[in-house]
Amino acid sequence: MTLDPNKYRQDFPILSEKIYGKPLVYFDNAATTQTPVQVTDIMLEYYNKYNSNIHRGVHYLSNKSTEGAENARLKVQKFINAEHSHEVIFTAGTTESVNLVANSFGECYISEGDEVIVSEMEHHSNIVPWQMLCQRKNATLKVIPFNDNGELMTEKLEDLITDRTKILAVNHISNSLGTINPIKEIIDFAHSRNVPVLIDAAQSVQHKKIDVQALDADFLVFSGHKLYGPTGIGVLYGKEKFLNEMPPWQGGGEMIQEVSFEKTTYNELPFKFEAGTPNYIDTIGLGAAIDYVEAIGLDKIDSYEQDLLKYATEKFEAIPGMKIYGTAKNKTSVISFLIDGIHFYDMGMLLDQMGIAVRTGTHCTEPVMQHFGIEGTVRASFAFYNTKEEIDALLAGIEKVCKMFGVKTA
Amino acid sequence: MIGEMTINEIQEGIIEEFAGFEDWMDKYAYLIELGTDLSGLDAQYQTDQNLIKGCQSKVWFNAKLEDGVVKLEADSDAIIVKGIAALLIRVFDNQTPEAIMNADLKFIDEIGLKQHLSPTRSNGLVSMVKQIKMYGLAFNHKVNN
Repeated sequence: MTLDPNKYRQDFPILSEKIYGKPLVYFDNAATTQTPVQVTDIMLEYYNKYNSNIHRGVHYLSNKSTEGAENARLKVQKFINAEHSHEVIFTAGTTESVNLVANSFGECYISEGDEVIVSEMEHHSNIVPWQMLCQRKNATLKVIPFNDNGELMTEKLEDLITDRTKILAVNHISNSLGTINPIKEIIDFAHSRNVPVLIDAAQSVQHKKIDVQALDADFLVFSGHKLYGPTGIGVLYGKEKFLNEMPPWQGGGEMIQEVSFEKTTYNELPFKFEAGTPNYIDTIGLGAAIDYVEAIGLDKIDSYEQDLLKYATEKFEAIPGMKIYGTAKNKTSVISFLIDGIHFYDMGMLLDQMGIAVRTGTHCTEPVMQHFGIEGTVRASFAFYNTKEEIDALLAGIEKVCKMFGVKTA
Repeated sequence: MIGEMTINEIQEGIIEEFAGFEDWMDKYAYLIELGTDLSGLDAQYQTDQNLIKGCQSKVWFNAKLEDGVVKLEADSDAIIVKGIAALLIRVFDNQTPEAIMNADLKFIDEIGLKQHLSPTRSNGLVSMVKQIKMYGLAFNHKVNN
């Protein structure tokens, strides 16, 4: 059965908002997805009825909040099929998750002359933490290139991986190109050379069913706010063997077992990596978002979004002067584009006036822009609550902008 | 030559002009026209030094002091941003450094471009105004010393 977006749109009050008096068309889902009332309601309920600092509280409220947050950990475990719930570490988001691994794993396993591999299509958050690590350790950052369709040239891994390579970090889906990378193939090859792999799943958990055990991913990171959940909450999945060996990154409450001025011993997983009061209400919200998405079904979501992508791509390709950046065979519902003679910022600003929210600029992937020799693109990214009518509205908007700039559209 | 109109008079003129537009499309079409008509900057002035930081689009301002007034030129790769720069030039070009320093910019708010004043990375109208004011300050220092 195909998904009917109208069945779900009412769950997202923001989708009925008017922007400058016009109905909102929200196509910035790759940056942040909207949050359904099923998520905000439960967060509000916790704030209003059960709010209390979690873990080690003796009273009813603390137990209730602890239960909610730890229950969310089990939901995440099941969602990505982790072997153990203590392999799920809550963080502030994808960026913090990558930084945690770059710092802690980096501290433990990387020394002078070693190598870290990323790809040319990474988000800055999966480049800069590794770059900083390499600077600290005098290690080398190496890059898997992509071709002009925006597909990773995985055959280069053969030469890129050496016996000094200590970790490979790559995204599952590119935020600016939409490319779905063959991560299973990459992980298998890296493992054949004894290199652990971190998967940046920030752009994939909302589209694709993830099974960390089937993938054999060593680390996998994602954010709540791109999965219809709240902002400020994210996940680091790590294999138990690595997480146990890795030193804590941040110190504070919760992450300790015993503290004295002579010696401090650290708590067990997952708490070793969760210093300070956890962001428990957003954690509970993330759990509710996972419930929401699973109730609809990721397969159904993905196949509907693929329909939207196909519909939009065909119409986009018919626009004269249109260039789509990211034309990989395996793509998710993201279209990055430019029209000859129109700056992405002008396009974005005028679409905004029509109530259409798109993102413009480099999308935190400057190396991708450098690859194509451009300053930025306009990016429209679709979610399951978007409709073909909204895509038509975007197309009409683009046509209007072209007219304003005297660019021919037919 | 000292400018014949004061900064405030020019701003009033712009506000009046924009009041005549029926909807956003007219307003932006006008900005596009202004941007297209602005002669821009020679490549030699499109330097990193003249580049305004913090913009999604590239904006360059070049300023010099001539006969006691500031001469401004600007360019941008985005036309609407160039149009906004053209309005800023209209307001500040040929004014004394002191007048520029003390100017109270009200027209941006009044013609509904205030959203572009948000201190984000996006179009850097804030940075443009700040840069022009800096030129005013620097030239004023030069005049008085």
